[in-house]
Amino acid sequence: MSVAETLAAAKPRSGRAISFLFFAIAIALIVATPFLPNYYVRVINSLLIYILLGIGLNIVIGYAGLLDLGFVAFYAVGAYSYALLASPQLDLHWPFLLILLVAACLGAVTGILLGIPVLRLRGDYLAIVTLGFGEIIRIIINNLDWLTGGPKGIARLDKASILGIQVARPIDFFWLLLITVLVVGTLVWRLERSILGKAWAAIREDQDAARGIGINTTNAKLAAFATSATIGSIAGAIFAASQRFVSPESFTLQESVLIVLMIVVGGIGNILGIVAGATILMLLPEVLREFAEWRILFLGLLMIFLIIVRPAGIVPRSFGPDKLIRRLFGK
Amino acid sequence: MLGSLIQQTVNALTIGSIYALIALGYTMVYGVLRMINFAHGEMFMLGAYVAFLVLSMLIGTVGGAGAIALTAAFVIAIFLVGVIGVGIERIAYKPLRNSTRLAPMLSSLGVSLSLVTGIQILAGPQPVAFPSFFPAVRYEVMGGTVSSVQIGILIAAFALMFGLHFLVNRSRIGIIVRAVSESRPTAQLLGINVNGAISMVFFVGPLLGAAGGILYASYYGIMTPTMGAVIGLKAFTAAILGGIGSIPGAMLGAFILAFVEVGGTALLPIVTHGVLGTEYRDVLSFAILILVLLIRPAGILGEAVSEESIVYKREF
Repeated sequence: MSVAETLAAAKPRSGRAISFLFFAIAIALIVATPFLPNYYVRVINSLLIYILLGIGLNIVIGYAGLLDLGFVAFYAVGAYSYALLASPQLDLHWPFLLILLVAACLGAVTGILLGIPVLRLRGDYLAIVTLGFGEIIRIIINNLDWLTGGPKGIARLDKASILGIQVARPIDFFWLLLITVLVVGTLVWRLERSILGKAWAAIREDQDAARGIGINTTNAKLAAFATSATIGSIAGAIFAASQRFVSPESFTLQESVLIVLMIVVGGIGNILGIVAGATILMLLPEVLREFAEWRILFLGLLMIFLIIVRPAGIVPRSFGPDKLIRRLFGK
Repeated sequence: MLGSLIQQTVNALTIGSIYALIALGYTMVYGVLRMINFAHGEMFMLGAYVAFLVLSMLIGTVGGAGAIALTAAFVIAIFLVGVIGVGIERIAYKPLRNSTRLAPMLSSLGVSLSLVTGIQILAGPQPVAFPSFFPAVRYEVMGGTVSSVQIGILIAAFALMFGLHFLVNRSRIGIIVRAVSESRPTAQLLGINVNGAISMVFFVGPLLGAAGGILYASYYGIMTPTMGAVIGLKAFTAAILGGIGSIPGAMLGAFILAFVEVGGTALLPIVTHGVLGTEYRDVLSFAILILVLLIRPAGILGEAVSEESIVYKREF
């Protein structure tokens, strides 16, 4: 928990050593994954999916400062796009990459559709409306039996293949997800430092002032919603392809809450924080597997504890990827 | 036709009074702390479980308890949940009082998660049969059936709401709570014990929520560890609908929501020729929630909210 504190407080030398240590662990983990049993590869895959979701939601929460509690709806849009376009359900069997594109576009459209009515709302009210939106999407999926299969979900989804290479084993998805996380993470990180990212920061700090200096807050907010929804939708499509089964159970309010927690526990507005938060929240239940039901209780208590003692998260906003890179390769 | 109208009206009143008991907790907490207490639905659930426990400790079994034992169990249980509510505030929300506005909300999500899994571990995740707190007699009123359980729920709920009304508007404690909810800094400057007022709210809110939980469980004859989630969300919708922070608003919102739900459940399949069935009832509630927030964010009885009071700056 005091990693970031140590990093921040320690002299650059020891901070650098710790950065190297974590970097080395990450690299070692990536290299070792192909040799791990399938079960662990699946755990790492779901960790990567959550990191992807966290990166997406963080755009709205961490960068633009808008609390979104219905993010899982976009995840569902992506997952059901794949499930409907590549399964016997509608007897459509589109190629994976095309569906990924469709899912991304659908995600962006849904994001804008949610964004337009809630533009006027801020704070608590926004949280509630997005929460209601997420629940509406879930209930509709749950009841639209002829299309989505209702609570039973859709099974027997096609095996994904990219340009003729079949992506079916957990390890294939590991590489696919790793590449997606790296690409999306880099893009989002660059986006944060772009002029749009600065507009988001201005809205987060003071919306009226942002408008006062000539920022088109409407467009900037819609862009935040659309980008975030696109990432959520892509994560959903990959999730559906790797599970080859979707059901409304994967898209509950708890799931949205879990992703928000990941961001808050790890460090709001910081991609490195999301990686840390997701790792803790995903791996902790695995480590505590023997204690079965106690682990969720422990997770809830840990969350209260962390919010009280470390409100800025494990890795604070100030320690971003650029700082890590400077620590690792700078002079 | 008249019979079913009467029956549906009584159904809506019953559900509405339970929603109202829970919605009051949301609205009072929001009034004093400007915080959405996501763990409040769990107080509702705890009410049923604690009453079950108290009852089985009092008479050794839960079936066939007498009126005195049932009343005692009801009172002890809601009192205990009130105390639990104060304890939770002290541990999980009080340290965050000067933090961002997001922090206590997230903390309450943690509390909610912990309570649900805690009860799941202690009592098991499966539904448990709950004893009825009222004798089951059915009355025929102009062709409609009204049960004594419904009448009992209505009487109990209205008695509690009347008690709250008296407490808030006529007692010294009520003046203190209203002062704190009007403006915490000013109240503090006037020498009002702000912590005491907040504790009071976190005692009364869970107490009413727990009463709602016991009535609900005895209406449906069943309790589950997850029963608080959906009902909590509904009650919250009711609080928003009526105007969050307003006590009469929460009651009004709860009854409107209940009537829309019961009416919608009966009419949706007819109006849409079976395209939208009764299962879309919850969609209806959430759609109302979103519409209210977009058209009149202050709710029906809420004061016209200035931008200032709903805006939060430097949250993260």
